[in-house]
Amino acid sequence: MTSTSTSTSTSAETTLVGTTAEVERTGATGAAKAWSDSMVLLKRNVIHGIREPIEPMLSLMIPIMMMLLLGYVFGGSITVPGSANYREFLIAGIIVMVMAYGLSNTASGMARDTEKAVYGRFRSMPMAASALVTSRALYEMIRGVVETVIVIAVGLLIGWQWHNDWGDFFSAIGILLLLRLALVWGGILLGLTVPAEAVSPIVYPLVFPLTVISSSFVAPERMPEWLGVAAEWNPITSVVNATRELWGNPGVGGDSWIVQNAQLMAVVWPLVLLVLFVPLSIRRFRRVSA
Amino acid sequence: MTTTGTAIVAKGIRKSYGSVQALDGFDLTVTTGTVYGLLGPNGSGKTTAVKCLTTLSGFDAGSAEIAGFDVTRQPDEVRKRIGLTGQYAAVDEILNGRENLVMFGRLYGLTARAADRRADELLEHFDLVEAAKRSVVQYSGGMRRRLDLAASLIQAPEVLFLDEPTTGLDPRSRNQVWSGVRALVKAGTTVLLTTQYLEEADQLADRIAVLDNGKVIAEGTADELKSRIGGDQIDVVLRSEDDLERAAEVLRRIGGGEPQIEPDDRKISVVVSGARIAILTEAVRALDDAGIHAEDIGVRRPTLDEVFLGLTGRRAGEPELEATSS
Repeated sequence: MTSTSTSTSTSAETTLVGTTAEVERTGATGAAKAWSDSMVLLKRNVIHGIREPIEPMLSLMIPIMMMLLLGYVFGGSITVPGSANYREFLIAGIIVMVMAYGLSNTASGMARDTEKAVYGRFRSMPMAASALVTSRALYEMIRGVVETVIVIAVGLLIGWQWHNDWGDFFSAIGILLLLRLALVWGGILLGLTVPAEAVSPIVYPLVFPLTVISSSFVAPERMPEWLGVAAEWNPITSVVNATRELWGNPGVGGDSWIVQNAQLMAVVWPLVLLVLFVPLSIRRFRRVSA
Repeated sequence: MTTTGTAIVAKGIRKSYGSVQALDGFDLTVTTGTVYGLLGPNGSGKTTAVKCLTTLSGFDAGSAEIAGFDVTRQPDEVRKRIGLTGQYAAVDEILNGRENLVMFGRLYGLTARAADRRADELLEHFDLVEAAKRSVVQYSGGMRRRLDLAASLIQAPEVLFLDEPTTGLDPRSRNQVWSGVRALVKAGTTVLLTTQYLEEADQLADRIAVLDNGKVIAEGTADELKSRIGGDQIDVVLRSEDDLERAAEVLRRIGGGEPQIEPDDRKISVVVSGARIAILTEAVRALDDAGIHAEDIGVRRPTLDEVFLGLTGRRAGEPELEATSS
């Protein structure tokens, strides 16, 4: 014990003091510091994702299981208007489902970022507070890209294909990631509003019906009329329909304006959500971090 | 560092949470390069004071300057000059020890190279080299606290805030924290330390303020405070209950006041003054001469409760009303 404390204090005199004047700073301020802080925290988020993969895996595995179950078990009994290949019909809906379930991780991640003890340390440091939000948004978008690639790979394995050119292929990816961006900001807003444990009980009962009452798995035409109308006006339906059109996959058809203008609405809906979620999130974050 | 030689100045800070007045005219002046102890029970406002001084909380009235910069108007300048270790280890649980220090270093604005080098230095200093690549989840409480302290030293702060740094630590880790603090002060850092233990304030602090209901109720060096509250105590535990009265008589002559008798524990306590060992020896001899068998005898610092009793006439944590009405 004596030897421990002696060696501690000697090394303190040489190490701690010796470098006091030599702590070399970047001198970055404003936007440059905010960007560099975001990158530092993005790295932290990536390490978290790799070391604690269960939660993000779950939100990816549920939709993939649904794709396999629906595609092989129920697929034969569900008929799609004008086409026989249900598995080719399914994939757009599954990717959208992955995008939507990601909201849960986004929100719980954001909530944990601002409620753990480490948040107190962040706030006592000369760090750009906004970096907590931007790093979260960037990380969730990266996750969205990785998940999309995984679902597409599984889709290719079970016989899905796209039938149009690369431009259309990437337009569909763009539409899907735009939806993801809107939902990421929804998740950020939710995570800044409720504690982390409250996220799953809020998100899953909300998102599951929202993904099912759409054109993801069956044609809204076959639902009771009122439900069918709700399903057609569900933003998820527009994104799913637009993706199918761009990939040349079988769709659900329909005569209503909203179905005829799927590609337009697949861009408009997420933009509307962004206009709503981004200012609200920023306002909420200012209050949380004040 | 500052021309005035004061590292911390707080004037009349008031801060309420709803109907609770956490700080009620908090004043403090800390000289550069010294250790200042804020002593008080739970709920006295210690943590709130630290939060206000470290820019974590705004306040309703008053002003504060750290290293010459205004806490409210220049929070970023303040943040570049302080380090903070709170009651809970504020480190990332999933990252390993080294990743934590490098991340914080970068966020403090260090270059990548400087952050790396600083992390290695601090890991070595706090005896965490072997644990550097392990996830913090696997750290013991003492290791976490050491990592937390290391994190608060990354930018070699001018002013270091330690909010109950040793609460819940084993004696070995506590000694490491204490020796770390002493080394820092030698290097010129100013330390504000909050604690519930008079012993800790006595060990480390040049000056001590006693906090009660969000106000400083006594301020001075440890010796000044002790003379105000009556100094050390001798506790005697007797073998037989029958000797209580006679032992109390003996101790009354040695001590400076009326002995407190706790018959259930066969224990007598009395406030004493003067050299601790001499007075203890005197007590042992006097009891022996009177033929009284003591099972245990010791001299100790007054507890926070006794400090409070001495200063306010009521026990720590009791509402003020009771004291004034009794």
